[in-house]
Amino acid sequence: MAEVALNAVSRRYGATVAVEDLSLTVGDGELVVLLGPTGAGKTTTLRLVAGLERPDSGTVAIGGRPVTDVPPAGRDVAFVFQQFSLYPHLTVFDNLAFPLRSPLHREPESAIRARVQEVAALLRIDHKLANRATRLSGGEMQRVAIGRALVRRPAVYLMDEPLSSLDAKLRAELRLELKRIKDELGATILYVTHDQIEAMTLATRIGVLDRGRLVQTGTPREVYERPRNIHVAGRLGTPAINLIPAGLLPDPDAPPGTHIIGARTEHLRIDASGSGNDSNSPHSRPALVRRVEHLGDQSYVHLEVGGHALVVLADPHAPLRAGDVVAVELATPLYFGADGERIDRPPPAAQPEADQQVVGHPAVPATDATSLRRAGP
Amino acid sequence: MAEIRIENVRKEFGSFVAVQGSTLTIEDGTFFVMLGPSGCGKTTTLRMIAGLELPSSGRILLDGEDVTMRRAAARDIAFVFQMYALYPHMDVRGNIGFPLRCQGVPRAEVRQRVAETARLLRIGHLLDRPVSALSGGDRQRVALGRAIVREPKAFLMDEPLGALDTEFRHLMCTELRDLHDRLGATTVYVTHDQLEAMSMADRIAVMRHGVIEQFGPPQDLYDRPATMYVADFLGSPPMNFLAFQGAVGRGDRRVMIDGAEVPVPELREDRGEGPLALGVRPEHVRFDDAAPLRGEVVGAEYMGTTQIVTVATAGGALKARIPSNRVVRSGERVGLAFRSAGLSLFDAASGRALRSALHDLAPVEFAAGGVRHG
Repeated sequence: MAEVALNAVSRRYGATVAVEDLSLTVGDGELVVLLGPTGAGKTTTLRLVAGLERPDSGTVAIGGRPVTDVPPAGRDVAFVFQQFSLYPHLTVFDNLAFPLRSPLHREPESAIRARVQEVAALLRIDHKLANRATRLSGGEMQRVAIGRALVRRPAVYLMDEPLSSLDAKLRAELRLELKRIKDELGATILYVTHDQIEAMTLATRIGVLDRGRLVQTGTPREVYERPRNIHVAGRLGTPAINLIPAGLLPDPDAPPGTHIIGARTEHLRIDASGSGNDSNSPHSRPALVRRVEHLGDQSYVHLEVGGHALVVLADPHAPLRAGDVVAVELATPLYFGADGERIDRPPPAAQPEADQQVVGHPAVPATDATSLRRAGP
Repeated sequence: MAEIRIENVRKEFGSFVAVQGSTLTIEDGTFFVMLGPSGCGKTTTLRMIAGLELPSSGRILLDGEDVTMRRAAARDIAFVFQMYALYPHMDVRGNIGFPLRCQGVPRAEVRQRVAETARLLRIGHLLDRPVSALSGGDRQRVALGRAIVREPKAFLMDEPLGALDTEFRHLMCTELRDLHDRLGATTVYVTHDQLEAMSMADRIAVMRHGVIEQFGPPQDLYDRPATMYVADFLGSPPMNFLAFQGAVGRGDRRVMIDGAEVPVPELREDRGEGPLALGVRPEHVRFDDAAPLRGEVVGAEYMGTTQIVTVATAGGALKARIPSNRVVRSGERVGLAFRSAGLSLFDAASGRALRSALHDLAPVEFAAGGVRHG
């Protein structure tokens, strides 16, 4: 396994910028997930690493070796595509063995057999080795497709939405398997998806792409809790973060320049005990429950405050019904300036002494340069 | 608007039984979802209601009228398919108005009803666009528009959102449900996605091997699954099953798992010695150092507001949904406490839920009609 380094890579198609000035290092043994909507440049980035595209500018290195001008076959990467493409006339065993039987590799048949057995066991398809590839379920087919990449022990695995053609249940299962396989192999993986749950649960680090630009990289927790801007905040979290104009809900802690407040479920305190007006807190406001959407394990509560819609998660047995009035209050939310960038709350010491009881837990220390620069009054 | 009733409906394809003897009534105005994996008979049932398949035996009634032998076109039902088939050479207006023009509806009325439909779907501004220039979601709306414009007695939908991105799907679910609330038309919806079913349905029927395993309001199925199959199909992650061996009897309020006493809803039936499974929803698990039931943390999936922690126990792996601010480490020993009022107990051999105080509670009732068994 090896590290992958993209340095200031750009790729245009005519007037369309697919990837712009992208720098990213995937460390040895790391699983980096590129997250973004269709057209954000995720797949182009993967193809640049694979050598299926050439950058207009910038360089690509794998394991410290510059490969910008090396053709795909010389890069020692394995690519797993969204649609599983198996040889329908071959058995599972032969599908898995195929990459090893390439004239480029020339491995002895006994070594091939051992390697296929090992990978099949890892993917838990070893009982299906004699089956025709067409006589498998969707999940098994995709496991074989992943297995075909795994048999080769390349320097790096590139995966382009490998789970997106599967149904929800299978996706959840294979997600866990991929994580286990990655831990067992210590593989370096660059993984592309538009599914935030996949990104959050699989990634060592997430890179959020927006229109060809890498907006932020960080651990799932960093990106979720300290998004660099409104775009990143909106990419992660279900239900999506509530973006409300500053001042809609009172917040004495809002730093100067706050334009938009980002409030996830954990940033809102809901008090359903009173009629909304007689709450004990001076910073709460009444909100109307418009709808309670039951999802089984939890409910989405659709609220309306001063003409704005808010969606929060609640226990499905919470005694909330459409038409109820509850009290809502902000609890250490996220703050964004007029330019959409996140603004840090000043450290508590710099605060006026009044109205301190609202603060739930201490602010996380700032780590990225942007937010540091934007902190302060 | 219509009530749909299927009576003892059975469908065989050669020796394969796709649907066996289903009977149910879908009341007027209900959003009814048939949920199950591929091959469970849900689409076949839908196609029989539509008139695209003839049942091998049994009857289908629409508003009390036997339509079993009636052609699809004569049933006054609109079918929305998974792959939105639009006419690529027509604009949005032409596509939505097509079914009306086929019926020979006067031009002025077509215009007015198309405009009304577009307004309902919030695509009024797209009427003059060619359909090839539309996003996936807007195409889906046009396909819906073509169904709505006919003002049919009922809508039948076969995985209409199957082709959409996960995130967009939830948005469309909300839209479809809103639309249903505005139109009030009976809707029969087929999907394998439990989240779609949970978020939209008034009533869900969970199907397996051509048989309806359970039906009722979504939260009722979620809270009181009749079988391990239903419990496993609903929820993400699904219900945990802790396997243990023992005998239980009427009046029991606790079970012994791995030497630990676990309080459960009071049992209402006896069952002799045999394999049992305790059904625990991930959100009903709490880490409590004082709890006698122990396990070892093997992994955690970070989800933002919450995290899913996998714990190895003597009865098998268990997933807990707990707040993300609790820091967990692999290898950590934890005590497991459950919200006992929500626990299910199953006969692990048959998969059937044992009757308990859990089932004393009145089922959750929803305002908008529903399904009656038999």
